[in-house]
Amino acid sequence: MKELALMKGNEAIAEAAIRAGVDGYFGYPITPQSEVMEYLMLQKPEERTGMVVLQAESEVASINMVYGAAGTGKKVMTSSSSPGISLMQEGISYIAGAELPCLIVNVVRGGPGLGTIQPSQADYFQSTKGGGHGDYRLIVLAPASVQEMADFVDLGFELAFKYRNPALILTDGLIGQMMEKVELSEQKERVSEFDQSWVTTGKTKERERNIITSLNLDPDLQYEHNLKLQAKYKSMDQDVMFEKIECGDADFLLVAYGSSARICQKVVEMARSKGLKVGLLRPQTLFPFPSEEIARMARKVKRMMAVELSAGQMVEDVQLAVNGKVPVTHYGMLGGKIHSPDDVLNEVEDKYIGGY
Amino acid sequence: MEVKEIIRPENLVYKRTPLLTDAYLSYCPGCGHGTVHRLIMEVVEEMGIQEDTIGIAPVGCSVLAYDFMDIDCSQAAHGRAPAVATGIKRLWPDKYVFTYQGDGDLAAIGTGETIHACNRGENITIFFVNNGIYGMTGGQMAPTTLEGMKSSTSPYGRNNETMGPPYKITELVAQLEGTHYVTRQAVHKPGPVRKAKKAIRKALELQKENKGLSFIEFVSNCNAGWKMTPNDSNIWMEENMFPFYPMGDIKVDGKLVNG
Repeated sequence: MKELALMKGNEAIAEAAIRAGVDGYFGYPITPQSEVMEYLMLQKPEERTGMVVLQAESEVASINMVYGAAGTGKKVMTSSSSPGISLMQEGISYIAGAELPCLIVNVVRGGPGLGTIQPSQADYFQSTKGGGHGDYRLIVLAPASVQEMADFVDLGFELAFKYRNPALILTDGLIGQMMEKVELSEQKERVSEFDQSWVTTGKTKERERNIITSLNLDPDLQYEHNLKLQAKYKSMDQDVMFEKIECGDADFLLVAYGSSARICQKVVEMARSKGLKVGLLRPQTLFPFPSEEIARMARKVKRMMAVELSAGQMVEDVQLAVNGKVPVTHYGMLGGKIHSPDDVLNEVEDKYIGGY
Repeated sequence: MEVKEIIRPENLVYKRTPLLTDAYLSYCPGCGHGTVHRLIMEVVEEMGIQEDTIGIAPVGCSVLAYDFMDIDCSQAAHGRAPAVATGIKRLWPDKYVFTYQGDGDLAAIGTGETIHACNRGENITIFFVNNGIYGMTGGQMAPTTLEGMKSSTSPYGRNNETMGPPYKITELVAQLEGTHYVTRQAVHKPGPVRKAKKAIRKALELQKENKGLSFIEFVSNCNAGWKMTPNDSNIWMEENMFPFYPMGDIKVDGKLVNG
């Protein structure tokens, strides 16, 4: 029997975390994602599964609590919104450098600075290009529905442990706040066995001591470590995920993720009813990015348009993948405002007609 | 008598604890860090808790503490050791978790994490080595640098009016409900070393009782940063640091000693 619920995206993340057998959540309140910790606290997860939920004194503290706990092999996570995620960048860089698995959720709001509490996709660069100091990447998942908010918690941990790398759910105030039907997964057991090759749970007689660190004073060692990291990031390509909507005969391709993809789904419907052959490619993973598929599509369509709630960030990755084969433009909205399907359709029609 | 014979096990009256590794200490000769490391590891060995102990190294001179201590360790970002320790201890309440931090790490950049971990009464132990200076980066002024004391960023001496006065974070955290045992120790002479070791043992034993956070400050020397010989630095420390940072227990069994 499927368990269905009507939930906000933020609540779905929290419920999915309990059901995924997450051991610890450390967070700090910030709009528009405070429901994550509020929901967790209300659910008494310490009684439901033994999960620890702690409100930290800052995002800086939260991410470092995650760092410590992740180093013991347990499933730990945090969530925040743009300004808070900026504060966490040092810690995220350490987690990536020390190769620890964890889940971070960014319910993005408009920036820069304190910006606005309305939804935005302007943290794409920060999420997919590293964000903090040093050459590193996060696994970045982009849910476009409340269902995916829930499903990507489990997926995020699966990939985080597979690669021993932090995974980030990049969503926004729109998906976080909207309510939809969601099918909840079954309760998973919390992890009880830990990979003794790296965890800091206490040195036993059977093994050498384990050290969680991102420090290599010897540049030769740090060079080797960086090469290893880069090879790992490259290998993540095998886990790329995307959805294609009406792409079979499309000659105009929209590329959009998350909330913009939801808007573009409607745009595709409207365009099709007008006889325009518009399709949508929706990356579900932003790192790894579906570059190969976009390059393939560039041989089939006449034009692409990246639609984002930003001044144009993902469009650069689309252009890199297309490599000049067809024109790629960007359509965006800034500062917490959301484009309507009509806005996007107007732009499609303009470019569609103008294109050929 | 040959050297080999002298170092026969039956002739030894003292030896390094097996819980210190063979790595050469990266500390300057004369510095107190090595002694504090040894005392902590001796206590961990004597209590038989190596398998259940996790240490957190800071950023600073003791960033490589994990190279010398034969226990599982996590190296924290600058100032964040109490948060890292919180994350571990909350998920592994039966383990012994300690942080090892210097004055810049704990009392400047990490003040927030220090105060809040203490206030929540995390069942961890904070070992705080205060030598009144940023040693690793080359002797800059620390939050604990004394008034008038010269450093590379206070070359004419610390001016309390423009640079702010040094502060006693140990007395400060003792005020918080979450701290159970707060004490100030030193390791420059045999007597203080014996007292310091007792304090370390008490602090780690308290973790079993879940009564809150234990906090031990070690006032130490930085002969290289202070630009003195080791012996002179210890004399200077007694004459100048100890009056401002007085030795002894500040809070015992959750109660202020002079409260």
